[in-house]
Amino acid sequence: MAKQPFRLKQGGIVDRSKTLRFKFDGRGYLGYQGDTLASALLANGVKLVGRSFKYHRPRGIYTAGPEEPNALVELRSGARLEPNTKATTVELFDGLEAASQNRWPSLKFDLLSINSLFSPFFGAGFYYKTFMWPASFWERVYEPLIRRSAGLGRASLQPDPDHYEKAFAHCDVLVIGSGPAGLMAALAAGRAGARVILAEEDFRFGGRLLYETLSIGWEAGLDWVNDVISELETLDNVRLMPRTTVYGVYDGGTYGAVERVNDAAQVPHAHIPRQRSWRILAKRAVLASGAIERGIAFPGNDLPGVMLGSAVRTYLTRFGVAPGKRAVVFASCDDGVETARVLAANGVEVAALVDTRKGIAPDAEAPWPVFAGAVVERAEGGRTLRGVAIRDSSGARLDIACDLLAICNGWNPLLHLTTHLGGRPVWDESLQAFTPGTLPQGTSVAGAAAGHLSLSESLSDGARLGAEAAQHLGFDAVTVELPAADEKKRTQSDSLWRVGASKSFAFVDLQNDVTTKDIELAKREGFGASEHVKRYTTLGMGTDQGKTANVVALGVLSELTARAIPDLGLPGFRPPYAPITWGAFAGHHRGQDFRPKRLPPSHVWAIENGAVFAEAGPWLRAQWYQRPDELSWQESVSREAAAVRRSVGVCDVSTLGKIDIQGPDAAAFLDRVYVNKFSTLKVGRARYGLMLREDGFAMDDGTTSRLGEQHFILTTTTANAGKVMQHLELCRQVLWPELNLRLVSVSDQWAQYSIAGPRARDVLAKFVDAPFNISNEGFPRMAAADLTICGGVRARLFRVSYSGELAYEIAVPSRYGDAAIRALMQAGAEFDITPYGTEALNVLRIEKGHVAGPEINGQNTARDLGLGGMVADKDCIGRVLAGRPALLESERPIFIGVRPLDASAQLAAGAHFIPNDASAVAANDEGYVTSVAFSPELGHDIGLGFLKRGQQRIGEHVRAVDLLRGADVECVICSPVFVDAEGERQRG
Amino acid sequence: MRINCPYCGMRDVAEFTYLGAADLKRPDPSAADAQQAFFEYAYLRDNPAGPFAELWYHGGGCRSWLRVVRDTRTHETLSAALEASAEPGAEDG
Repeated sequence: MAKQPFRLKQGGIVDRSKTLRFKFDGRGYLGYQGDTLASALLANGVKLVGRSFKYHRPRGIYTAGPEEPNALVELRSGARLEPNTKATTVELFDGLEAASQNRWPSLKFDLLSINSLFSPFFGAGFYYKTFMWPASFWERVYEPLIRRSAGLGRASLQPDPDHYEKAFAHCDVLVIGSGPAGLMAALAAGRAGARVILAEEDFRFGGRLLYETLSIGWEAGLDWVNDVISELETLDNVRLMPRTTVYGVYDGGTYGAVERVNDAAQVPHAHIPRQRSWRILAKRAVLASGAIERGIAFPGNDLPGVMLGSAVRTYLTRFGVAPGKRAVVFASCDDGVETARVLAANGVEVAALVDTRKGIAPDAEAPWPVFAGAVVERAEGGRTLRGVAIRDSSGARLDIACDLLAICNGWNPLLHLTTHLGGRPVWDESLQAFTPGTLPQGTSVAGAAAGHLSLSESLSDGARLGAEAAQHLGFDAVTVELPAADEKKRTQSDSLWRVGASKSFAFVDLQNDVTTKDIELAKREGFGASEHVKRYTTLGMGTDQGKTANVVALGVLSELTARAIPDLGLPGFRPPYAPITWGAFAGHHRGQDFRPKRLPPSHVWAIENGAVFAEAGPWLRAQWYQRPDELSWQESVSREAAAVRRSVGVCDVSTLGKIDIQGPDAAAFLDRVYVNKFSTLKVGRARYGLMLREDGFAMDDGTTSRLGEQHFILTTTTANAGKVMQHLELCRQVLWPELNLRLVSVSDQWAQYSIAGPRARDVLAKFVDAPFNISNEGFPRMAAADLTICGGVRARLFRVSYSGELAYEIAVPSRYGDAAIRALMQAGAEFDITPYGTEALNVLRIEKGHVAGPEINGQNTARDLGLGGMVADKDCIGRVLAGRPALLESERPIFIGVRPLDASAQLAAGAHFIPNDASAVAANDEGYVTSVAFSPELGHDIGLGFLKRGQQRIGEHVRAVDLLRGADVECVICSPVFVDAEGERQRG
Repeated sequence: MRINCPYCGMRDVAEFTYLGAADLKRPDPSAADAQQAFFEYAYLRDNPAGPFAELWYHGGGCRSWLRVVRDTRTHETLSAALEASAEPGAEDG
């Protein structure tokens, strides 16, 4: 492993006692604690770090922060592979492995760099023009070709092995950014007693004070930072959050943030989340996100070795790394002199300071040549920068050798967050930059983010806005003394966006390979509005959202169209401000934990008895009970269904929604929500009910029992329990507040079992406590009662049947649910009681022609379901609109049963009915099959469905055609009731 | 978005379910033009820009239906009140 040839002898805030090993493209290097991957690569003289998106041009490190367009790498490997990671924001850790992207076969020798020779063909609008036809080529030829040659990193394609967390935080004042403005704001609000969160994207607090050699008060800027942080740490009401990116602003003072808790490791520590996704609720926010420097478009401006001036100063001062040996500074503002000074002070030769401004006084003291009124016309080099060509004020051309070119072209306030709720920035003519316009409610902007670029302005902004935020929330004002700042007010650039017009690559957007020529082309072809330029050229559409590109592009467009920048369209940004990993959004809600699972009371018992489970709404229900000798699910399901018809079965139906309704107007209320009447129901009786939506279509069904004059228990289907509760509350609170009743969900309070089959009464007789009379006369069909069982356990018994057999549902308090199923199995042993799951339940109800979810699918009225006779002559939800002429039309498909003509043929739910002599096209569609089961009772498939004029066509033959699964089965239309059409069994 | 529930206090929007306009009155089902009136009640909606009274259900809390006045341009909730303000039988406890 080599030493770090470009590491300065001293300086920087890296910990030189902690050496870290890392690998880039398989080669080992050393760096220090406190480095970023970018600073460590530069310390080792690695300048070429990637290939560009479209032309595979060699690219290096362009910035030192989150605005980086070039230095995107793949971090880690295997399942932890993380593509498109900015080397400039990756905190270096021991054992880090990174690889360059978008190159083949190697970074230094990339065959696809030949794309740059074909650049005339790859210009703006290339995709739109080239790949227009034939359409069938798009998926098979064009897209794979483009995907191979253009693009960014690879996805790992494996499940993420790490875990992430979601969390909420509440505060009075959220301060975003910890530069001079942010620190003062946090201090002012914190000292006043407000609950403050200070969020900083970097792993170090300080913002620009980490790299600017400025002093505040009597001390160096960095010492001041440390003092403020120490004080903030002592305040209980202040929470410091480094490594936390606030990526979005949402309604009502909600801010999205991601904290990289455990990212600086090749394999994260166990039991600590990798990242934490925060939803921060802040009453006020102070945005102190600073500003980012912008580039200049000129030929060769993308070569490794071309870098923003602020980045050059960052690598020198913060990291103690020289990004080159011989530098040229190309500036349009005062930052140029400062950059040259810092370079020279750290022993880097400054070959020239090229300043676009004619008026600057040549500094006689300056130990470097100054070219006033000059420009860098071109950067030269192969894989890295070798020199620049400059044109001086007299028009003469000069070539200067260098391996580093620093660009200082002024600043753009980092105002992304101010536009997330629709605010638009305003153009500041003196700054030649956009500054925040309309702000999100409760937000203020301090320091460079507001366009106040000097240190003293940042400090005073922060102190004032932090105090104001606290005062606004009722905290007493506390004066925060403003330290003196030694920096003079900076002048911003005289707006230079591009140098000349050239045939060569002059890049505006480095990440998406958009050049000045592309913008010219877009304008020429009629796409000159800023939003059109963006879409035609893909400018600003990379993972950096064009942070270094957008304003330069508008500048170029402004020159081309001779229109002022603000007239071209104001930029707006959408969240997230920086790329966020999906894992952080998902948190623990993935795989089996995607949503909470609800388990019925018999769950443990069901596991013990071989149940295979399926999701039903939010519940996990036993689908069938697998016996060791059974080879297919069909075998188990048929055995269970047959056992119910032969002897007795038991099924957990606790998941049905149960709503307890009480009050003097409870019966009147039910009359209004159900199509049928419940006011006529006698106490101690149950009735099947159907409810509609107000548009006339069926919503849900179930039995409702009257336990007292003013007391009903309503049941809903498993899937609709929540929806029905919400609907009933709407009816009660909004539609008919004059009715006096109360509703409460008791779904979780009662375990409920269906006991069905000819021996059901024999089983239950062993349970009910005397003197309860369970005989057919004492407790007839549709009876309901409160009673006790097993010597005093409170229970409810309903004689309702879904299977068509003699059947009961018995409810016990949930805590007895497990005991109850075990007791039922024991009591029923002598009758060979068989537990049955949802599949057998479905077989039994299809045999009886009972409608369920597939039939109550939002498209059918009571009439369509064959339940038109239930609709009583009274008002109820949905009654008026169910009477619309189109819903009463005789051609409307209506509920029927169906069986295959050939008893061995299989039916498919979803198949469509087509007349025997017609072709299988939509025009001949007469309806569809909703539910299908193999009937063990009949020995063949049976189905339910809807067919035009179905009830008049009993006995007719039609085809059930399923084009998706290639089925075409001739069927016989029949009554939907396949078993015990007279309903004798349940009366016995 | 946050809604200040009169029972539960300031709560996250994730606890609520949206229904729509609050100022719709269920028509008289026995009126001569009931079908047209119900059609309009079920389907026709205004889409105003600005303060708008709408119904939200606090299913993740007290199960109250709330009348929330929201500025549709900014999602600012200007007020939130119980829709069933006069609760019949409330004196029964």
